[in-house]
Formats: sequence, structure tokens, C-alpha cells
Amino acid sequence: MEALQIAEKIKEKFPEETLDFREFRGQVSVTLKKGRILDICRYLHDDPDLFLDYLVDVCGCDYLGKKDVRFEVIYHLYSIRHRHAIRLKAEVPDSDPSIDSVMPVWVGANWHERECYDLFGIVFKGHPDLRRILLPEDWEGHPLRKDYPVKGPEKEWPGFLEVLDKAKRYREFEWHG
Amino acid sequence: MDKEMEEIERTFETKELTVSLGPQHPATHGVLRLVLHLDGETVVKCTPYVGYLHRGVEKLGENRTYFAALPLSDRLDYISSMNNNVGYVNAVEKLFGIEAPERARYIRTIVAEMGRISSHIIWLGTHVLDIGATTPFLHAMAQRERLLDLFEELCGARLTVSYPRVGGVRNDISQEFLDDLYQFVLEFPSHMDDYETLVTENRIWKDRTVGIGVISAEEAVNWGLTGGTLRGSGVDYDVRKYFPYDAYDKVDFEVPVGRNGDCYDRYLVRVGEMRQANRIMKQCIENLPAGPVMSDAPKLTLPPKDLVLKDMEHLIHQFILITKGPTIPEGEVYVGTEVPKGELGFYFVSDGTGKPYRMRVRAPSFVHASVLPRLSEGGLIADVIANIGTIDIVLGECDR
Repeated sequence: MEALQIAEKIKEKFPEETLDFREFRGQVSVTLKKGRILDICRYLHDDPDLFLDYLVDVCGCDYLGKKDVRFEVIYHLYSIRHRHAIRLKAEVPDSDPSIDSVMPVWVGANWHERECYDLFGIVFKGHPDLRRILLPEDWEGHPLRKDYPVKGPEKEWPGFLEVLDKAKRYREFEWHG
Repeated sequence: MDKEMEEIERTFETKELTVSLGPQHPATHGVLRLVLHLDGETVVKCTPYVGYLHRGVEKLGENRTYFAALPLSDRLDYISSMNNNVGYVNAVEKLFGIEAPERARYIRTIVAEMGRISSHIIWLGTHVLDIGATTPFLHAMAQRERLLDLFEELCGARLTVSYPRVGGVRNDISQEFLDDLYQFVLEFPSHMDDYETLVTENRIWKDRTVGIGVISAEEAVNWGLTGGTLRGSGVDYDVRKYFPYDAYDKVDFEVPVGRNGDCYDRYLVRVGEMRQANRIMKQCIENLPAGPVMSDAPKLTLPPKDLVLKDMEHLIHQFILITKGPTIPEGEVYVGTEVPKGELGFYFVSDGTGKPYRMRVRAPSFVHASVLPRLSEGGLIADVIANIGTIDIVLGECDR
């Protein structure tokens, strides 16, 4: 099925949820409200004509100052049987950065959602194990947000200071043979 | 005697033991840390911890022009950096709306398959080394060394090559390089036979891999597995066949597919892939077309260096592209390519400036590391090592 047809089908089935769809370089993205994202994903996965069984990727994007709604969670879906793809974009406002987890539909969303939580601070409701994944547990801030400095935080991460301190203390045991 | 044994078994209580495997452990192929809860030798719970190599590639990429972010992709999967470069430039070309010339596409296919063999060969060597066979490792590394020498001959770098460019490749390939590579291509199948003689029908190897880490086709797709890890379960999803890029639609090759979804089938799939990669290289060398290696789009691709030094027009283009970056339409693209580990995807959001507004790397190793608890729980601790080897992860790509 053509990607535009899939977009039409989503719009037909969930007219109140679908905000917009756009084609660029042959790829179609559908912008959605976040409220019923799990229902939409389950429909796309279970419908025999669509059968989007392979969740390629989940990631976030921060449109600080560019769009009215600050965050977007982006899902890339693909059907190995029917060979068609679609991109879903769910709008997540800054005031309530949370969205339903799609793990009940695709188990593979597990780490992608954890990463999105880690780097953007978007909370995935219903995720069984929502912890930071790439950064340490006691890290402050979410680095991929646009207001996070590229050079890193001003205050050094305490874990690193600990390592430096340890290195200093163990210097007396250095071997000078 | 039996009574005594019964008595011992009754009074002998096992306690759940927690073992931290890694991050400094040779069998974890980098800095993967697993916390294993063990009941005797059985793994009850396995929790992977990643992120030790996190460098913030996505954040760095958002603050560089499209050309300057190319070397970042080398550092993702550092043992097959050529494939990452090819994936990156394909995604950027799709975003720019340009196409590389025919010859450059063939060259990229050749070097990508060289990267695939050099990655699979190190996977083969280390995987069998983890399970206890030293000899194939030594033989495999000798062949990888030849490929690295060829990379050096091609572009001067052995590991982090940065050879493909947006709109083509950096330099044309020489006849000497082609001759050396063709020699390698002719000899390689006999080396493959050597490895297979040592491993494929080996009794110990089969005992350690057949029926270990089984995952069904539906489940593998649901987990988002790609590459050899998915094809071992019997799904023929290969980006080179499904979305042909570069010259893959012009060469004839097969996609090896397993049946049982265990470690042994994944091994067979990757071994088959190496032979197919060799076939692709052979066809590409034989049919290599003549022509330019960079596309003619002066506002979107870097001009050739010798013209920059002679010609005002090219100098201006060079200056603008390096300092400000190209001007491209707003939009977003996702392009996946088949790297040795699986599907490596780049997702770019462009806001019309010379830098990507959002650069997302869909790393296959990241997904494959997440499936490790599913494969390992309920098995023996020795099989955890076999599972880590068989999913073929590189932590540089996993942590980004």
C-alpha cells in the first residue's frame, strides 16, 4: 500500500486524532495527538491490510521556539510482509511531557523509549522499567533538549569527581620501576 | 550411597547469587555490563547496562554542518566504519535530493562489502574465541589485516576511513587497488572453506550453539531485530533487497536465511553473507563503469580540491559550504542501510539551514543488546557468552 493511502486510512479511522500529514522525498509523516497513540499503534499493527509489524525506531525531537507544541515523539513503522512504511509523529507539550508507552504492541520499543526519556525527559506511561539508559542514574538534565548546553553542564557530574579523587589517592601506589 | 546423595541434596541449599559481568570483560566485546542473578548455573535474571561509551553523537551532529558530521559516523561502529559512512551519505543525499554518479555508487558498494567482510570476520574470530576455539581467530585476523591494508591503499586510513562523501566518494580508485582487491576476492572463498572446516561441523561448536538462544520469527520482528540476528530466525528482511541503494539493484546476490533462530543458524547466516559479499565485490569490480566519482551539484557537494585552488567560483562554493553549510528545503527523511550488524538508520530533520536540526541514529547494536535478557534468561551462564557473541554488538554504536 502507498504511504499516502495508509495516512488516509489513519485519518478515516481516527479523524479527531489526526492533525496533519505531509510528504517529503517520498516519505509520509502523520502528525497525531498523543492521547490515543496506543490505540492507533495497535490498529496499525493488527489490521491485516496494514500489518506494520516492525517498529524501526522511536525517537524524540525538541522544537523549542519553533512550534507551538514543544516535543514530538516520532515512530518509524514498517511492514515486512507488505513492504510499506509510515512515520507517526505524536505531539507532546512541554507542560505535561508524557505519552503512553507502545510496549504492549512492540516489545522492541523498550530501550528506545528509555533512551527518549533519558535524553528528552519525556515520560512513557505504562513502561515497566523506565530508567535512564545511556547516562548515569544521578545525571541532571536531559541533554538532547535544545536548551541544554552543547559543552555539557557547568557542574561536573559527581561520579567523575569521585574517579578523579580516587586516582589522586591511589597515586602513591604507582610503580616507578 | 544413594541415600547419602539424597541426604546431601536435601541439606544443600542454593542461594541466588548476583554476578556483575563486565564492563571490563573480554567476552563482552567492549564495555557492556550485565548483572546476572544466578541460581546455581542457571540465569534467573539478566539486566544489561550500557552507556559507558556515550559521547553524544546526536547532540554533536546537530551542531555541525552535514559535511563536518560525517566523521562522527565513523566512530559509531568502529570496526566497519565504511558501512556507517555509506549509510550516512545515503541519508544526506536523500535529504538533499541528489544522487551520486554511477561509478561512485559501484565504488561505494565495493567498499561497503569490504567493510562487511572485515566486520563479519572479526565477529567470527571473536565469537569462536569466546566459546573456546583459538585457531579460527588467528586465521581470520590475517584476512582482516589484508582488508585493512586495502583500505589504507584506498584512502590512507585503516579504521576510521571517512572515504565516501556526500554526492560521491573522496577519490577515484586506482588500477593497483583494483588488482589487489581482485586477488583478494579470488582467494577469499578458499579461506572461507578453511574456517568452515574448522568450525561448521565441529562437535564442540555444535554442542555450544545448536538450540541456544532460540527466538521465533514473529518475536524477532516484534523485538525489532535486523541483520543476521533476524535472518537466523527465517525472515528474509535485508535492506539491500527491500530498499536497494547504491548499486545493489544491479548485482546478483542471495540473502542467506536460517530456520531455527538459534546461535548456530545465525552463525550459518553470517558465514553465508560473507560469501555473498565476496560475490557482490567480484561483480562490481568486473562491471565497474567509467565516469566521474562526484556528482555535479556545486551548491550541495564539496568541489574537488585542485579546482578550489585554481578557480574563484569553486573557492566561493567551498567557503560557503564549509562555514555555513548548504541551503536545503525543510523536511525530514529516514534512510536505513544494511550494515554488518543490521539496519543502521539515519533520521534527519532539516530546518533549512546547513546544520541538521535533529540527527537521529538508529543503531542496530542498541536494539540487539536489549534482546539479551530474552535470549539468556533460563539458560546457563556459559550460554550468555554465546548469546553476546551471536547478536554481534559493538558498544560504540550501541552507546553513540
